[in-house]
Amino acid sequence: MSEFLSMGGYGVFVWPSFVVTLALMLINVFAARSAVRRALLEARQRFARERSPGAGDPPWQREGAAQ
Amino acid sequence: MWTWFNKLASPPHFYRLAGTLAPWFGWIAGALIIAGLYGGLVLAPADYQQGDAFRIIYVHAPSAWMSLFIYVVMALSAAIGFIWRMKLAHAVAAASAPIGASFTLATLVTGALWGQPMWGTWWAWDPRLTSELILLFLYIGYMALRASMDDLQRADRASAVLAIVGLVNVPIIHYSVVWWNSLHQVSSVTRLGKPTISTSMLVPLLVMFLAFTLYYVAVLLVRVRAEVLRRERNAGWVRELVHA
Repeated sequence: MSEFLSMGGYGVFVWPSFVVTLALMLINVFAARSAVRRALLEARQRFARERSPGAGDPPWQREGAAQ
Repeated sequence: MWTWFNKLASPPHFYRLAGTLAPWFGWIAGALIIAGLYGGLVLAPADYQQGDAFRIIYVHAPSAWMSLFIYVVMALSAAIGFIWRMKLAHAVAAASAPIGASFTLATLVTGALWGQPMWGTWWAWDPRLTSELILLFLYIGYMALRASMDDLQRADRASAVLAIVGLVNVPIIHYSVVWWNSLHQVSSVTRLGKPTISTSMLVPLLVMFLAFTLYYVAVLLVRVRAEVLRRERNAGWVRELVHA
């Protein structure tokens, strides 16, 4: 096992290569999924605002809120 | 054929279809990556010249292939969107950029980690390395240009021009090792005739190429869904979707 991890002495180059590539790929999966969630949330807030202006906004941005 | 195409390009239909297909591509890509890792890290023998350092090829070469392939997809769909004013094509281009940029970064990092033990340097201003770095800047410039514009249609058209102009860099990267005297080795796989690499080394590499390509399709489908939602923000089907 330790022989496998040492990669003939090149372990410090081989393992980071695999970790960096696979980590970037994993991050992309989560980023893509959160982009869809964000787009759905934005659409929902927009439609809510259309129906009743100010709804869905944080309290300090609602109409009539103290400036 | 044409009605099928029209149906596919209709945003609500594409949104649903992409949602169904993405997990399939994703899981198949994941399974192939595990198989490719096992083949590349365990089954394949060490290289007679490079020892175990050669195994970096199993993430470096597929990443490099994706960095170019995704750029071509991005530029061509941007061109289609620009010429025929197709929203879905612009969405594909916009969705491709972050994925392509990630693979370009992976290519440069794994290349440095391979260059240090083999060439004795992390980086050199070599034609292949420099043109790949320019590719990263093209991706970043494309994304920055889009982010700087609030109007989606203007962002689509302006960034399309940048993507299409940047396409000249792709053949430069690909042929850089042939045209110039590069430090980088020439391709062992896409040679005319027989690849100069043994089967037990080649098979895991081909598996990784396939896995990375399917992975791109999966992430692309998810990202295009987000882009379609942004472009269809006033459409009735989006209204129904968020209130369902």
